[in-house]
Amino acid sequence: MSDPTPPRPETDAPDDAEQRLSRMTRRAFLTGGGAALLGFGAWEWIRTRPNEAGVRWPLRNGLRFDENLSRAAFRDGKLAPTFAKDRVRPLKVNGNVGLGGSVDPSTWMMTVVGLAGASAPRTFSLADIQALPRVEMTTELKCIEGWSVVVTWAGARLSDFVARYGPQTDTAYVGLKTPDARYYVGLDHDSAMHPQTLLCYEMNGAPLTGPHGAPLRLVTPTKYGIKHLKRIGTLTFTNDRPADYWAERGYDWYAGH
Amino acid sequence: MSRLVKKHPRAVRWMHWINFPLLSIMIWSGLLIYWSYPAYRLGWGDTTVFKFFPTSFFQALSVPHRLAEGMAWHFVFMWLFAINGVLYVGYTIVSGEWRDLVPTRASFKDAILVTLHDLHLRKEAPPCEGKYNAAQRLAYFAIIVMGAGSLLTGLAIWRPTQASTFTTLLGGYQAARIEHFLLTIGYVAFFVVHVAQVIRAGWNNFRSMVTGYELVRTREEKPR
Repeated sequence: MSDPTPPRPETDAPDDAEQRLSRMTRRAFLTGGGAALLGFGAWEWIRTRPNEAGVRWPLRNGLRFDENLSRAAFRDGKLAPTFAKDRVRPLKVNGNVGLGGSVDPSTWMMTVVGLAGASAPRTFSLADIQALPRVEMTTELKCIEGWSVVVTWAGARLSDFVARYGPQTDTAYVGLKTPDARYYVGLDHDSAMHPQTLLCYEMNGAPLTGPHGAPLRLVTPTKYGIKHLKRIGTLTFTNDRPADYWAERGYDWYAGH
Repeated sequence: MSRLVKKHPRAVRWMHWINFPLLSIMIWSGLLIYWSYPAYRLGWGDTTVFKFFPTSFFQALSVPHRLAEGMAWHFVFMWLFAINGVLYVGYTIVSGEWRDLVPTRASFKDAILVTLHDLHLRKEAPPCEGKYNAAQRLAYFAIIVMGAGSLLTGLAIWRPTQASTFTTLLGGYQAARIEHFLLTIGYVAFFVVHVAQVIRAGWNNFRSMVTGYELVRTREEKPR
């Protein structure tokens, strides 16, 4: 008896599947390499665009997109969370731009530009502000650097100030400057008229100290600390977007949360 | 002989690879942001075992004094990261791929056995339940949950007033920040293990994430 069938000689014909996979791999690497180049190109393109106010303009556009989205969602005037007073911790002084020299609270005046019905700038004393309803709130101050601290603030609502002294005032923006105009911030109308936006004269139960912006500062807990301008000199109601110290240095103009 | 077995759909492969540069940009820009308040460390009391991060680390990556730049990249590319993630999850649900990803009751125990096997502490590995072994299943599922976690904790930090419900739910602003940071550390840990395992698994496995196909040896027919 012989073997039923002789073993077939090993074919050295290339494995079809193996070959097909090699082709697919080559094609996939070409496509992938092309896509990677495109991605890298996009990255390089952004990185080499001219700056708009301290940040590459495509990114600045992105920040504006975020702002528009936030402002659309902000219409409901949502309140920043408030806290029990035992959560209050000391607040460090983190900025002194615009606070050179000293200010005497008894002679200090705030200049207000653009109030409806006033053809010339008007001035207000601290007593004028303190005559408005006093509002106290304990909120979390969030620095754009990432730290935060709970603070009790007291002052008058900016919206109450407007209601009392310029009820027809309805500009798109509010700008604030220190008396020496070295620090300045801008707020959109909704943020400025937010019930927690205060012209603030007390911090943690005591009058503001110089380094914290005596005699009057802005407190607006829907924004980062950079918008909380200390030592208000001029308050301007305007339809032109006001200059903003940190927005000129690459930060988001809106800086809201 | 061998044949080609379809392993990863095209959409999954694209989204997987696109996620890599996106997440890299998010981690890098996050680092630029974190630098301005680098508060975290491993340690207790006055003892610090490890500081996140040593000055030399920040300097080596030229991180210092780039907060504004970091925020701009982070708050623009977060959209792309989110869109890619949402599309991925949507695709896995619609295509049924989720069946290979969602852990089963056995996954947890088996994942330990797989890990012991991979560490050469155990001879036998439990059988794969589908495309992935139990450890992969857990890891890949976890990384998707972590991605969602990053979006939620990120939203809580980005808009702590408008999303104050989330922020409070996550334990407050600073807690959300820590959670966001820990998730990032988790990604880096995942990346290290993932790359090591992919290298260990070899070319054929890697190629399946590129082409979609894996080469499977078919058993030689026995002579009669």
